[in-house]
Amino acid sequence: MSAFLTVNNLSAALHGYEQRVLRSVSFSIDTGEVLGLVGESGAGKSMIGKAILGILPTAIEIVEGEILLGGQDLQKMKPADRRRLIGATAALIPQDPLTALNPSRRIEPQITNRLVDILGWTKADARLRAMELLNEVHIDNPERVMASYPHELSGGMRQRVLIASAFAANPKLVIADEPTTALDVTVQKQILRLIRDLQARHSTAMVFVTHDLGVVSKVCQRLSVLYGGKIVENSSIPDFFAGPKHAYSRALLAATPKYTDPDASLLPVDEAVIEAVAAEVLESDKEWRHGG
Amino acid sequence: MKLLRAILVRLMTMSVTLIGAAVVVFFVIRVVPGNPIAMMLPPGATEDDIARLTALYGLDKSIIEQFWIWLSGVVQGDFGTSISLRQPVMPLVLGRLPATLELAIFALVIAVVIGGALALTGVRHRETRTETAVDVANGVGLSIPDFLWALILIVLFGVLMPVFHISGRISPSLDLPFVTQFYVFESVARLRFDLWWDLLKHMFMPALALAIPLAAIISQLLKQSLKETMHLDYVTLARTKGYGENHVILSEALPNAVLPTLTLIGVQFTFLIGGTVIIERLFSYEGLGNMAIDAVINRDLPLIQGIVIVFALLFTLINLAVDMMYALLNPRLRHA
Repeated sequence: MSAFLTVNNLSAALHGYEQRVLRSVSFSIDTGEVLGLVGESGAGKSMIGKAILGILPTAIEIVEGEILLGGQDLQKMKPADRRRLIGATAALIPQDPLTALNPSRRIEPQITNRLVDILGWTKADARLRAMELLNEVHIDNPERVMASYPHELSGGMRQRVLIASAFAANPKLVIADEPTTALDVTVQKQILRLIRDLQARHSTAMVFVTHDLGVVSKVCQRLSVLYGGKIVENSSIPDFFAGPKHAYSRALLAATPKYTDPDASLLPVDEAVIEAVAAEVLESDKEWRHGG
Repeated sequence: MKLLRAILVRLMTMSVTLIGAAVVVFFVIRVVPGNPIAMMLPPGATEDDIARLTALYGLDKSIIEQFWIWLSGVVQGDFGTSISLRQPVMPLVLGRLPATLELAIFALVIAVVIGGALALTGVRHRETRTETAVDVANGVGLSIPDFLWALILIVLFGVLMPVFHISGRISPSLDLPFVTQFYVFESVARLRFDLWWDLLKHMFMPALALAIPLAAIISQLLKQSLKETMHLDYVTLARTKGYGENHVILSEALPNAVLPTLTLIGVQFTFLIGGTVIIERLFSYEGLGNMAIDAVINRDLPLIQGIVIVFALLFTLINLAVDMMYALLNPRLRHA
């Protein structure tokens, strides 16, 4: 099976600065496959998702590389065409359900607007689809929820709505940007299962951005570990948990609590490991400058 | 039940405001120097004449007594008789009010259109020279007061390019079929667009002078809150759905960003109505503000009181309307 999303040698930098925020990132995802992007805060994991979806902050620009979505090079497309392609084939499950819904609109149009405005569905069809999706995310009374405003729903309910909205147009690619970080622990598990079920049922390619290695082991088939906007290790899940190759990955894994042994002491990531990986990342910048 | 209570509370606070305004204006205009009787009599009037006229208007009684007489009249709808015009106050005031309301509403419409357009343009082209140009325009609009704009406009469109009328409300040569004082509305209702056009040519400059500073305030605040809203997650999410910049600004950001601006427009609209006093004078526009200045010059105490009460009522009604609109547009307040 060919890769649905391919990111090739992608670099991004703050406008007018030499230091990159994404450093020659390359990976690809097949249809039906889930790739975890793991790293600490500021490692650039969300940035990759934003770059793919074309929602990078205006101050950051892609300086090198290509993003192939269904075989089409996004950087070479006209902005309007690119927007429509992304809207039609990809979707985002955002991090914070409390801020990702428009407070002044009812839920229904927030699920159906992509279908009606971008994909040209009739309102009635889109409404039926929304009902179906809300059932799929286990919302009991979809009619009432669709007529509600966001402030009338709990955080977990809002995240379900956002997941339903993300899967509305049968996307080929879903980017889940820490979709459970803002939820409380009891809800996290349900939402995680929901995302995994929907992804499996629709055989969607998925980028799962998280800092939680425990979550990655449950949802993903492969993972990439990021530091300073650079992928330091690509690995399959079994290989990774059997023994990460990179020193930073090993330290990261050692710092993650284990369900099998909750009493085991957690090791903070060693300063020396951080210095080494930071040096490695900066070294890649030098090579990049010589190459470019 | 909740709604009924809210309305009752609202009516109570409104009447307290009105009574406060009545008390303040009644006593203040009697404390400042100036005597209405002296303005009425020819030079050389005898002490006797002065005493007789003073007694006629009840000005020989104590201020508290005068206030009581006036207030008991007011609650029965009698605001007294104008000293300078020798007619009952209320018909005089109500006869002029529509002209001022039409002017203020027209100015408000201009301000919202110009301010809104500037804000949207500034946000659509944010961080470019266009946004800087909008900021400069806002600065100029804000730093020049309305009466100065009036003079600038008179020079521009009354003298250099005489396209608009500089004085009055309507050309005196025209036959007026109107039965109400709402000339602009009635001319449209009667399909007399010739009269409508003449009214607009008279109203345009005073309305624009009033509108420019308000437009600048609207533009500045709306642009700022739009820019903040554009960074929010739901706006970003809409972008990933395939929507372009225009749709994102108008459908996602604007309905939320407009709320603080709405409150501000309410407050500023009352200032704008205050501004009509000077602007109507400058353009000899026959409205309430122009009448207020005459009343003050003539020390026409009952007329001043009547005008102030009507203005105060107007302000409280505007505040009420703003609060209602706010609740209507903000779903989070609708059930509260």
